[in-house]
Amino acid sequence: MGSQRVMVAMSGGVDSSVAAVLVQEAGHDVVGVTLRLWGGESDLGCCSVSDVDDARRVADALGIDHHVFNMGEDFDRHVVEPYVADHAVGRTPNPCIECNRHIKFDRLLRRARSLGFDRLATGHHARVVDMPDGTRRIARAADPAKDQSYVLHMLDQDVLSRLDLPIGEMSKDEVRARAAAVGLRTADKPDSQDVCFITSASRGDGGRREFLSRRIPLTSGRVVDGSGTEVGRVDAVEMVTLGQRRGMELAGGDGPRYATAVDTVTATVTVGSAADLFVETTTVDRAGWADGPVEGSVLVQTSAHGEPVAAFLGVEGSADEGQMSVSWDEPHRRVAPGQSVAFYDGDLVLGGALAC
Amino acid sequence: MAKRWARVPRSLRGVEEQLNRQVYLDHAASTPARPEVVEAMLPWLGEHPGNPSGSHRMARDARRAIDDARDAVAALVGMDPGGVVFTSGGTEADNLAVDGVLGASSGVAVCCAAEHAAVLEPVREFGGVVLPADAGGRIDLGALAATLESVADIRLVSVMAANNETGVVSPVAEVASLVAERAPDAVVHCDAVQATAWLDLAGACRGARLVSITGHKFGGPKGAGALVVDGDVPLSPMLRGGGQERERRSGTQNVPAIVGLGRAAELVVADREATAERVAAMRDRLEASLVATVPGASCTVPDGVERTPAVAHLCFEGIESEALLFMLEQEGICASAASSCSSGAQDPSHVLAAMGIDRAVAAGSLRLSLARATTDEDVDHALSVIPGIVGRLSAYA
Repeated sequence: MGSQRVMVAMSGGVDSSVAAVLVQEAGHDVVGVTLRLWGGESDLGCCSVSDVDDARRVADALGIDHHVFNMGEDFDRHVVEPYVADHAVGRTPNPCIECNRHIKFDRLLRRARSLGFDRLATGHHARVVDMPDGTRRIARAADPAKDQSYVLHMLDQDVLSRLDLPIGEMSKDEVRARAAAVGLRTADKPDSQDVCFITSASRGDGGRREFLSRRIPLTSGRVVDGSGTEVGRVDAVEMVTLGQRRGMELAGGDGPRYATAVDTVTATVTVGSAADLFVETTTVDRAGWADGPVEGSVLVQTSAHGEPVAAFLGVEGSADEGQMSVSWDEPHRRVAPGQSVAFYDGDLVLGGALAC
Repeated sequence: MAKRWARVPRSLRGVEEQLNRQVYLDHAASTPARPEVVEAMLPWLGEHPGNPSGSHRMARDARRAIDDARDAVAALVGMDPGGVVFTSGGTEADNLAVDGVLGASSGVAVCCAAEHAAVLEPVREFGGVVLPADAGGRIDLGALAATLESVADIRLVSVMAANNETGVVSPVAEVASLVAERAPDAVVHCDAVQATAWLDLAGACRGARLVSITGHKFGGPKGAGALVVDGDVPLSPMLRGGGQERERRSGTQNVPAIVGLGRAAELVVADREATAERVAAMRDRLEASLVATVPGASCTVPDGVERTPAVAHLCFEGIESEALLFMLEQEGICASAASSCSSGAQDPSHVLAAMGIDRAVAAGSLRLSLARATTDEDVDHALSVIPGIVGRLSAYA
């Protein structure tokens, strides 16, 4: 592979800074691009002005051109609005995954191609591996603690054939050491946390609550047990996630209780014991695949840093809607509706879907 | 650029120079300082360190230098030198007009939705009235008349002489006579920042009692502008301290930049008409040729709307401005779309929105802004590359 034109998506963090270094060292013609996604109140999110400044100064230090693309309207439409709408009906969205699906690996990649770039590189901790048949797969990062393959489960061959993940073979420490060795200002910058468009001033549930309360009415609701008896109250059913244990004022009862159902229509949260949380099968939809649908025994990961567990994947209902059933080898904690599930063969990502 | 040089054999560098031609078509953002301006400024950076507020010879030299500039700016605007308040530029001058007038006599400010953010933001902040624009982006005079009748305590009406995105000229004199008739307690402020290079300001701002200008839009330096205040319009200062600028703007004056501003003011008056005529012809050629040769291209400003020669403004159907600007830059052309936000990203244009232009159409806007330094070769280069770029981007749309 000779010298190519590579667009590096630079968030202003250390990972994408080092990604740019590596692409440049490989002899490619590099342009750095930072996305401006959010014009709201976020002051420390992944697209704030100070992060754009960091990305620009890193690009300056490397002697590469840097551009800022405003994809705020698309981000609103495909990430923020669905995030709010999901919460309004009691689902648990993952905005980073929707951003990858609709913005970074769709809008930005299309933009890159139209501008004459051969490839797109990002600073995700994951690897792109070549298969014997010439197709490519996302594989887990060399640094398991930082692995981000889960949030890349939606990438298909069209994207993978043009994607480079230069830091996937490095540990986080190696990335930081490399940044320091090159003298990059982002070498010691803390990792980004949480949802980028929710302001840092009130991280955690407080920030999420404030963000949602400005966009949808939050409804106080009843907490009932399996028999329908009211055992407590929550002040916002839209904020309750399946499996959640804290945040509900529960009276009496033995042992810990968990949210086992959230019904925003009747403003009711059902709680049960830990045993009530476990299921044999989880139905998922909107399945997408790295290289065509897969059935059979796979490993399944249901959250960004969750453990992969064994399950049998089968087609269920309408194949058009990408509906699948995940039959767990061992009973598995229920997956909150709206959460992404990623399917693996060993370290290789096969695809993913959303829990129903 | 340096990297490209390294790969090119010396014998081919003439060709490479052609390929690397840099064409600057973003003069509405900033113009190069004219050589005479730079020359006039230099001694005041090193040789003459005096602070104009001091009392010794060097201080008096500096004071004389900025007062000469004051005379030149007053002549440019057609007002009294005593009314010239030097500022850091257009934004400060606009802010001072709104904050200063409302601070001195609490009341309401009025402007149109297509004004520059330096006017819009303070007007909104003070709870003012933002009026709709017509299809040309000019203040809706009917709405203004109604507002002047119905809203009490209007103290300020702000209207730009020429729009920064489109170059469209506002009916300042008509606004001023409506205000004089229906709200005699109000004063008119005119943001003339984008008009200075092209129009006789005494005419373009007729009836305005406050006028904003800035040096770097007409061959002067960045960092020096002025709010020119007529007579006894009460103005409370935003910056307080040593009482400079007749207590309307404290802070040591930026002597070299103010000297440059004054020199630019003298120079622009001398050749404004001839420049305007020459640049208008280039602007017309750009627009006409692009509309004729590029499918989906249209002129943004409706026919017959008066504008300065500064801007060729086009919308390309199905194209995204950011992608277009990126490709233009690859071909050596520096231009812009709407206003840039602080991160350097392109924000959707509030001016085009105020003109009632559909968001999807405005998303493909391009502002090629010309000035005295623009040449026919610049226009030729733009015309030689833009159709191909739009064609390529259309294929990917």
